[in-house]
Amino acid sequence: MVNQHSAAERRHYQFRRATERLAGAGMVLCTAVTVFFLFMILGYVVYNGASAIDWNFLTGLPLPPGESGGGIANALVGSVLVVACAVLIAMPIGLGAAIFVNEFPSARLGRTVRFMAEVLTGVPSIVVGLFAYALVVRPMGSFSGLSGSIAYAFIMVPIILITSHEAFRLVPTSLREASLALGVPKWRTILGVVLPVSRTALLTGAVLAFSRALGEAAPMLFTAFGNPFWNLNLGKPIATVPMLIYTYATGPYDDWHQKAWAASFVLMMVVLVTSVMTRAFLRGKSHE
Amino acid sequence: MNNGGLQMKEERFTSGERKSRKSDDESRSSKTEPSIAPEQLRLKVEQLNVYYGDFQAVKDIDLSIGTNKVTALIGPSGCGKSTFIRCLNRMHEVTPGGRVEGRVLLDGQDLYGPGVDPVDVRRRVGMVFQKPNVFPSMSIHDNVASGYKLNGIRDHQLIAEKVQKSLKNAALWDEVKDKLKQPGTSLSGGQQQRLCIARALAVDPDVLLMDEPCSALDPIATTKIEELIHELKETVTIVIVTHNMQQAARVSDYTAFFYVGELIEFGETGTLFTTPQKRQTEDYITGRFG
Repeated sequence: MVNQHSAAERRHYQFRRATERLAGAGMVLCTAVTVFFLFMILGYVVYNGASAIDWNFLTGLPLPPGESGGGIANALVGSVLVVACAVLIAMPIGLGAAIFVNEFPSARLGRTVRFMAEVLTGVPSIVVGLFAYALVVRPMGSFSGLSGSIAYAFIMVPIILITSHEAFRLVPTSLREASLALGVPKWRTILGVVLPVSRTALLTGAVLAFSRALGEAAPMLFTAFGNPFWNLNLGKPIATVPMLIYTYATGPYDDWHQKAWAASFVLMMVVLVTSVMTRAFLRGKSHE
Repeated sequence: MNNGGLQMKEERFTSGERKSRKSDDESRSSKTEPSIAPEQLRLKVEQLNVYYGDFQAVKDIDLSIGTNKVTALIGPSGCGKSTFIRCLNRMHEVTPGGRVEGRVLLDGQDLYGPGVDPVDVRRRVGMVFQKPNVFPSMSIHDNVASGYKLNGIRDHQLIAEKVQKSLKNAALWDEVKDKLKQPGTSLSGGQQQRLCIARALAVDPDVLLMDEPCSALDPIATTKIEELIHELKETVTIVIVTHNMQQAARVSDYTAFFYVGELIEFGETGTLFTTPQKRQTEDYITGRFG
C-alpha cells in the first residue's frame, strides 16, 4: 500500500523534473540564440570594419569615387551635430509632455497623450522623414541639417516622453507631499523634487533616444540629405553617418563597401561609448 | 441591547457631570467638548465633511484645538483621523477625488475661504508624515533648508540660522552637525523622522500636524520623538494622529476619539482615558475592539 503510493508519487516527481529540465533547456536555448545573433552582428561589423579604420578615416574628407583613402570626418561631425540639435529640440518637449501626463493625471488627456506616444514610437522612420520633408524642407526650399534634426526629434520625443513618464511614476507620492506640505507650489515641487530625484532615469532616457536616432538613415534621405564636403551650417545639407553608410553600401565600388563597414563600426562604437560613459557618470553621481 | 446600555451609560455620566460641574458651559454636554477659552483657540473646525469621490470619510466634525497644546487623534484604522488631519493644511485636496466641505478656522480665518491659497496655508500649518520622507536628492542641510530653497529663497545667512535652530529644536543637531553635507537618506529611520520634523519647523509654522509619526520607528526612536513633542509645544501647536493609545496618553493635552468618520468624544486627555463618557470610547481604550 505504502509502496504503491510512493511509486505513483515517484512517477509524478520524475514527470515534474523532466518538465522543469525541458523548460530550463528551452530558456537557455532562447537566450543563446539572442546572444548569438547579437555577437554575430557585432563580430561581423568588427571583422569587416575595424581593419579599414585609421586616423585618416576618422579625420579625412571623402574622396571622389575611384580614389582610395579618404574618411568620414564630415559625416561623423554632421551626425553628432544633427542628433545633438535634435536632443535639444526633443528634450524640453518630451519632458514637458511627460510632466503633464504624470503630474496632472486628473485629465483623461494625459492617458491619451501617453497612448499616442506609444503609437508614435511605432511610426516607420521613413514616414517621419517624409513628414519633416513636407513640414520643413519644402517651405525652406532646400535640404538642411535642421530639417534632419527635426525629423530626429520626432523620433525622440515619444521615447523621451515614455522613459521620463516611467521615471516620474517611480518618484514616491510621499516626496511630492513632503514638498507641498512645506508650502512649496506644485511647479516648484516638480522642478525641485521630482526632476532631481528622477534625473538618473531622465538622462538614461535621453541617451536612449540619442542612440536610437544616431543610427537612423531613413529620416535623413529627404532632410539632411548628405554632403561630401565640410559643413557645420545646419541651414545647409549636411552629411550624416547612417546616410553615408547607406550611400556607400549600395554603391558599386569595393572601397565604398569597405568604408560602409568601417563607418558602421564607428557608429556602433559611438553608441557604445556614449552609454558606457553615461553609466559611469551616473554611478559617480550616485556615490556623491 | 447594546444601544440600551449605551444610553444608560450616557445618562449616568451626563447627569453626574451636571451635578458636579454645574457652572460649566451648557453647550459642551452634547459633544463632550473641553472648554478652551476663545483667546487660547488656534484652530476651530466647523461642520467638516470630507469625501473621496462619492465616499464620505469624515462626517460633521466640530473640533477646537488650543494654542501650544498637543491634541491627539485616536481611533481604529480607517476611522478618518488621517483624512481629517490632512484637511487642516489642505493636503486632502491633493489626493485625486478628494473634496472638503465645512470650515477650518486658523486664528479666525477660514482656510477654505474664497481666495485663500493652499500654498500659504501649508506654510503656516506644517506636516510630518507616517514614514520619513527625506528628499533623497538633497543633503541633510538642504533637506532642512528645502522650505526656503524650493521656494527660491537664497539668503544664506537666514538659511544657515534656520537650519541650525530647527535641527536643535528637533534634537538632531548634535548627531548631524559634522555631516550636514551628507545625503539625508544616510541617516537612520528615527533620525530621518526628526530630520523631517526639523524640515517642517524650519519654516516657522504655527501648527504642526503629525500623522502617526512614530509608526515606522523603533521604541527608542519613538521615545525621542515623544520627548521632542513635549519640548515643541512650548512654541507650536501640535495635532498628532496615533494608533498607540499609550502614546496619546503620554504626549497629549487633549484627545479626540474618531470612529467610522465621526468624532465620538473629545476631551482633556486625562479625563478621556480615565472616565470616558461614551461606550465606544471606553471599549476602544480598554482594548475591546480596534
